Amino acid sequence: MTTKTITPTAHLPQVTEPRNPGIPLDMQWVRSVQANTSAIERRAKTLPGRRSVKKDWQAAWLLRAITCIDLTTLAGDDTAERVRRLCAKGRQPVRQALLDKMGMGPITTGAICVYHDMIGPAVDALAGSGIPVAAVSTGFPAGLSPFHLRVAEIGESVKAGAAEIDIVISRRHVLSGNWQALYEEIQTFRAACGDAHMKAILATGELGTLRNVARASVVAMMGGADFIKTSTGKETVNATLPVSLVMIRAIREYHARTGYRIGYKPAGGISKAKDALVYLALMKDELGDRWLRPDLFRFGASSLLGDIERQLEHHVTGAYSAGYRHAIG
Amino acid sequence: MSVKDKFESMEYGPAPESAAEALAWLVDQGDRFGHFINGAFTTPGDGFNSHNPATGEVLATLSQATQGDVDAAVDAARAAQGKWEKIGGPGRARYLYALARLLQKHSRLFAVLETLDNGKPIRESRDIDIPLAQRHFYYHAGMAQLMPEALPDVEALGVCGQIIPWNFPLLMLAWKIAPALAMGNTVVLKPAEYTSLTALLFADICCQAGLPKGVVNIVTGDGAVGEMIVASPVDKIAFTGSTSIGRRIREATAGSGKALSLELGGKSAYIVFDDADMDSAVEGLVDAIWFNSGQVCCAGSRLLVQETIAEEFYGRLRARMDGLRIGNPLDKCIDVGAVVDPVQLATITGMVDANTAGETYRAATPLPDGCFYPPTLITGLTTSDTLMQEEIFGPVLVSTTFRTPTEAVALANNTRYGLAATVWSENINLALDIAPRLVAGIVWINATNLMDAAAGFGGVRESGFGREGGWEGLAAYTKPKGKAKPLAKITAKRGEAGPADPIDRTAKMYVGGKQARPDAGYSRAVYGRSGAILGHVGQASRKDVRNAVEAAQGAAGWARTTGHLRAQILYYIAENLSARSGEFAGRINDMTGKRQGEKEVAASIQTLFTYAAWADKYDGQVHGVPIRGVALAMKEPVGIIGAICADEVPLLGLVGAMAPAIAMGNRVVLAASEPYPLAATDFYQVLDTSDVPGGVVNILTGYHGEIAPTLASHLNVDAMWSFSSSDLSGDVERASCGNLKRTWVNNACAMDWYNTSSTQFLAASCEVKNIWVPYGE
Repeated sequence: MTTKTITPTAHLPQVTEPRNPGIPLDMQWVRSVQANTSAIERRAKTLPGRRSVKKDWQAAWLLRAITCIDLTTLAGDDTAERVRRLCAKGRQPVRQALLDKMGMGPITTGAICVYHDMIGPAVDALAGSGIPVAAVSTGFPAGLSPFHLRVAEIGESVKAGAAEIDIVISRRHVLSGNWQALYEEIQTFRAACGDAHMKAILATGELGTLRNVARASVVAMMGGADFIKTSTGKETVNATLPVSLVMIRAIREYHARTGYRIGYKPAGGISKAKDALVYLALMKDELGDRWLRPDLFRFGASSLLGDIERQLEHHVTGAYSAGYRHAIG
Repeated sequence: MSVKDKFESMEYGPAPESAAEALAWLVDQGDRFGHFINGAFTTPGDGFNSHNPATGEVLATLSQATQGDVDAAVDAARAAQGKWEKIGGPGRARYLYALARLLQKHSRLFAVLETLDNGKPIRESRDIDIPLAQRHFYYHAGMAQLMPEALPDVEALGVCGQIIPWNFPLLMLAWKIAPALAMGNTVVLKPAEYTSLTALLFADICCQAGLPKGVVNIVTGDGAVGEMIVASPVDKIAFTGSTSIGRRIREATAGSGKALSLELGGKSAYIVFDDADMDSAVEGLVDAIWFNSGQVCCAGSRLLVQETIAEEFYGRLRARMDGLRIGNPLDKCIDVGAVVDPVQLATITGMVDANTAGETYRAATPLPDGCFYPPTLITGLTTSDTLMQEEIFGPVLVSTTFRTPTEAVALANNTRYGLAATVWSENINLALDIAPRLVAGIVWINATNLMDAAAGFGGVRESGFGREGGWEGLAAYTKPKGKAKPLAKITAKRGEAGPADPIDRTAKMYVGGKQARPDAGYSRAVYGRSGAILGHVGQASRKDVRNAVEAAQGAAGWARTTGHLRAQILYYIAENLSARSGEFAGRINDMTGKRQGEKEVAASIQTLFTYAAWADKYDGQVHGVPIRGVALAMKEPVGIIGAICADEVPLLGLVGAMAPAIAMGNRVVLAASEPYPLAATDFYQVLDTSDVPGGVVNILTGYHGEIAPTLASHLNVDAMWSFSSSDLSGDVERASCGNLKRTWVNNACAMDWYNTSSTQFLAASCEVKNIWVPYGE
């Protein structure tokens, strides 16, 4: 497998990695999946104490985290102007003076993530930036609208210019153990995506057990997901470290068995710079450095960037920062 | 390297914890330390340097204790003990609470000092060692508080000599000092010479807590100081360290009357079944064998993997090993720190280099210069390889495979040690079936190296005896209240007259459920009060002891019977004894020349009823450990118990030892009363008619002085009791060294057999195994 050098504007996995075509549903694999909750929680709990990144390294890691953010707005009151402001923030996520002080070139966020109707304004606002527009789709967040409409929604979004589609799975297929149905649903969504790359949202907070998370992760990858993603951000429990551990271990096994690298996107509840560092360490230790790039790792987050900016200013000046000193997105 | 370069490389970079405060504390103490005796530091004397193993730099100069220092420390502890005990449990609880609080307040100072001195990663000292040490003081503050209410029948042992190792310096101090102080003992503690600094800081804390002078005394130095403590007039020795030193302490204290608890080495099995969460089991190994560089007595150092998943598992494990970060222990991003001393590094290197078997994999991770050893995995070993048998005490994991659960158990138990074991399986039936079958003091299911003050820690076999932590741990620092009376030797009656009964009746021994003639073919006459011959008994030789133990070994199924069944059999014995009570009473009176026979038979029947009652009621506990899950403190039979029975009460002494032992599922080899053996030989007829399976109870007759050493040195005997009026305590304890079996000897003191404490006998008849079962889906 060859990988090309990544430039900050080449975020799409299909640019750098052979794309996961999916594999036939392997029920033996699905059924043999194990996830010991207590052990996974212990690993997740001790990880922040085992890994620490300080000084220049911390600044570099936080900058890296920014490039992996899917800067998101998914609110009922979104308007074109609000999205334009968010896109501008995506182009210039950190005050230029701070980047200069750190000797960093320009960086952007990983993507801008919006509802279907906001794709147009986002595409316009991001023109020339190389930042992809991601659209949540398939009846987000519940995924309970008519199936043909969910599939059609993907097509519409791709047509509107979305390069990434965040689909939601039917949780009931997981909860009823109908893996065949889940597999076919994901295959259908994937076909509808065409060249757009597909992030499969598992809504892990609604799957009941970590074992179900592990099974759903495996089936989603078999069905052709480019990314697996924890949550819509609308469930009561969103991204957690134990869930992340289960999903990225599934990614590791899929890579070991098939050679395809699947991306990971934790979403919801990650709002502190410190959390971002822990997630990066988790990716680095469990999956390796290759997964620390935006083509294989994204944060689904809206308020995380603000905290990172304050930490970066603290790094540069030595004084704790204030929110109003940084442009809101 | 610029931020931009780091942005590309995404390396961790250094994240050092500052040593400034800890070094400043050392400077404040003048970088030289005396001993802490009677509430004050002595003037530093001749001594040795304490090094930081990661850098080799000298941290401080410590004093080598002289005999005078040790004497002064023991005297101070002795002088303080009475008053300390007298202030009562609640009074002591306040001091223990203060110590816990002070440990908490100075937690980072302790953690950094520990890492500087020992070389373990700061994460471990900060997140594990120091918090657990605090927890032990909090927990035992509670035990002190509850002592009057919960433990009304026991009292302090007195002065305890405590010798601790270098792998968990402050934590082992806490494990030793907290329960000792809680129960009203005072202590003389010697930290390991490599790692004495946190103990000295603890001495400082004792002053801050206002602990009365002499309650805690700390002397520093090498093994010679340890020997002085062992030889000193203390009431108890508690030792954690190597099995070879533990054995020497057992020998040195034999016959001294000093209580002893030993927490020794291990070669603990780590069993991975094919339905395990493999990634979690791999991660567990990081905590099992690369925790503290594998310098952990309970390290899961022997990996047993089911054949069907072995290659897959090894592959994942090797990949995980490559991700371990080795280096500066003060770095907050380091997984594996320094080995404690170049001497230890040489030992590890020597053992691994001498091995030619299997396939050796070393983590592909940069190794700094100095006292570091790479995480190592050796697969494809067999049980006969030295590295599968011997404790390496380093970051070296050895492995073999198994096919079935039964084979996994057989491999796991194929060791001289018995400290801990780990089982990984998602099948609750399998895991809960395996855990009780493992010969170990601690079993972790789907987890490893979980420890807490509320759960006992300690092993069986050559991993030592005694528990630290939990209710079970308090037995190591208490004794039943009351003063023991001396026990004079009771000699057999002599006579000239002929047999009392014209028809010769031949009393034999009882082995494997059958009557057995003495192997050597020697017998002696037993005379009654009138000088008439009451009968003959065989003289047991070494071979009879061997045969009896072999028979007991064959009755291993007794341990797996239900308490209900054992109760039924004990009741049945009582019933059959009762039917012949007149005959037994007469026999006792004839032999002893007293008129206590009737009373003794009645007491024997009572005893059988008592332990029949206990057989299904001496329950284990569920400890309240701070996890989502349970620690099941299961009471398991010790195994084969050898008992030299009391001479003065020939029936009651035999029944008094037998009944609790077999009620709890042990098999016994009993040496009958030496002067009055015929009650025991009559008694086997009662056993024969009471459905006691052959081999569960074996009875020998003969000279205690000949039977005891053979039985006590037998490596297949798990515990040895002596209640003989011959003073055999020293011989028994010395002979027990071979497999470090538990001993219970009378030290020439009499027991009131009509008023024994059943809890004492039951505790001696059981091992407490803590099975940790975290759960959650």
